[in-house]
Amino acid sequence: MTSSNNEEFIGQLADKYGRNRESLLPILQKVVEQYYFLSEESMVNIAKELNISTADVYGTASFYSFLGTTHQGKHVIRVCQTIICDMKRKEDIIDAIYDMLGIRPGETTSDGRFSLYYTNCLGACHKGPAMLINDEPYMELTPEKVKDIIVNYMKNS
Amino acid sequence: MATQLKRTELIFREDMDYPALLHKVMKMGKDKFINEMMESGLRGRGGAGFPSGMKWKIVKEDPSPVKYIVCNADEGEPGTFKDKEILDKAVDKVIWGMVLAAYVTGAKEGYIYIRAEYKYLNTKLRIAIDRMEQNLKPLGVQFKLDLRYGAGAYICGEETALLQSMEGHRGEPTNKPPFPVNCGYLGKPTVVNNVETFVNAMIIADIGAQEYQKLGTKASQGSKLFSVSGDCSKEGVFELEMGMSVQQFVDEFGDGDTKAVQVGGASGFCVPRKEFKNTIIGFEGVPTGGSMKVFNSSRSMYNILENYLIFFEEESCGQCTPCRVGTQQLLHGIRAVKRKEKPKTYLDELLRLAYTMKFASKCGLGRSVGNAFRSIIENFREEIVY
Repeated sequence: MTSSNNEEFIGQLADKYGRNRESLLPILQKVVEQYYFLSEESMVNIAKELNISTADVYGTASFYSFLGTTHQGKHVIRVCQTIICDMKRKEDIIDAIYDMLGIRPGETTSDGRFSLYYTNCLGACHKGPAMLINDEPYMELTPEKVKDIIVNYMKNS
Repeated sequence: MATQLKRTELIFREDMDYPALLHKVMKMGKDKFINEMMESGLRGRGGAGFPSGMKWKIVKEDPSPVKYIVCNADEGEPGTFKDKEILDKAVDKVIWGMVLAAYVTGAKEGYIYIRAEYKYLNTKLRIAIDRMEQNLKPLGVQFKLDLRYGAGAYICGEETALLQSMEGHRGEPTNKPPFPVNCGYLGKPTVVNNVETFVNAMIIADIGAQEYQKLGTKASQGSKLFSVSGDCSKEGVFELEMGMSVQQFVDEFGDGDTKAVQVGGASGFCVPRKEFKNTIIGFEGVPTGGSMKVFNSSRSMYNILENYLIFFEEESCGQCTPCRVGTQQLLHGIRAVKRKEKPKTYLDELLRLAYTMKFASKCGLGRSVGNAFRSIIENFREEIVY
């Protein structure tokens, strides 16, 4: 992605969502959707468009766990670590992902396609263990099910 | 039969004619409907339990020409998933509840603030908003509704933090007063209600305060959705009248070996077996936003407490010292006791810290960490130490 592209994309977002402070979160979310994380370049361009400091953009973005400010994969896997999913053996899910992709929570695959994180309660306790891949929730997981799901993502991207 | 749980089926009932109900309220008059809300005894369903009619009344009486209605769908309390179920299965009722609030208070704009984890519901919500706009036109009521997404922060379920987040800032709670009803989104009077509260407003419009009052108890009126999970005979979302005892609940949902029930999520209370019979679920006993987590005797209460503290340590916004440092120290503290690096009497010092946090923290997060901490330490002390 060239720098003029980034600038143009963020300019279009600002046209769509507005240049007020309350437009900041929707813009950050769209940039993460497009580039998978917030690069320094993106944050500088957002700051310019909204006429606020880059530090303010970074300070806001870094508050939110779904707005990554360091490089992360196209597919972000978030496995619920809160108590009920923990009781329902979320560690088996983490191990199954490790077997498939060779990454532990906090890591990104060397090809840059997948990142894995722990996350807090996904609101699927009754169907735990649960995980989110990008926006899509997956519930009542077993290690076998996880492998099928991941294989699908590997094939289709 | 005293042990029979009282089930209700109002929240997911499908035969409601929403535009007709709004029309009914329009004929009744705004003040009369607010009185109806107050008389019903409806208290906010997000957990804090503020009287909803009062909230609407304060916003209605504010002379500001610009007001907002915000639906708090940032359901993040561990063990709660009833708002997701409502948005999935009865989203029109939520949206029309917001329309009702807008009509009554004089607001023209509203937002649903929904957690990023529920983004997969986006299409369904957008379609429902379009449907509402189509059906609202003929009634001549003006209301513009939009969606805002959270980005993975539990604290944004706290209403002032939610408003900060909507305004494009870090989701850090602000001091109260001013309350959102006077100075909310962009400084304007704002009704912030939980998803389930808007649904209850529609139910009151439908059946009236008198019928509504017949459900539940004096302190906890109406029915409530409970999110049930853990070591259960059945898990899921169940609509029950409030005012039952934990024993009644366990008889229905437990697996026969229930050791403790965590009522109200990580920020709620842990009820041990010996207290099941004399603990009432509701505002007169242990209040709950709906989270009911059931643990059997195979579970280590240490692991449960440690899991909660990891949660709070991550989710504390870090703004005020009692909460930021307190959550860290409680977690380090129980680990140190477990490893025998600290004597077991250290738990009493940690209890004092939790007590301090209850009074010195800025918002409900820091103030409620002590609930689970105290109730687990006091009832299962030996499990924490050994």
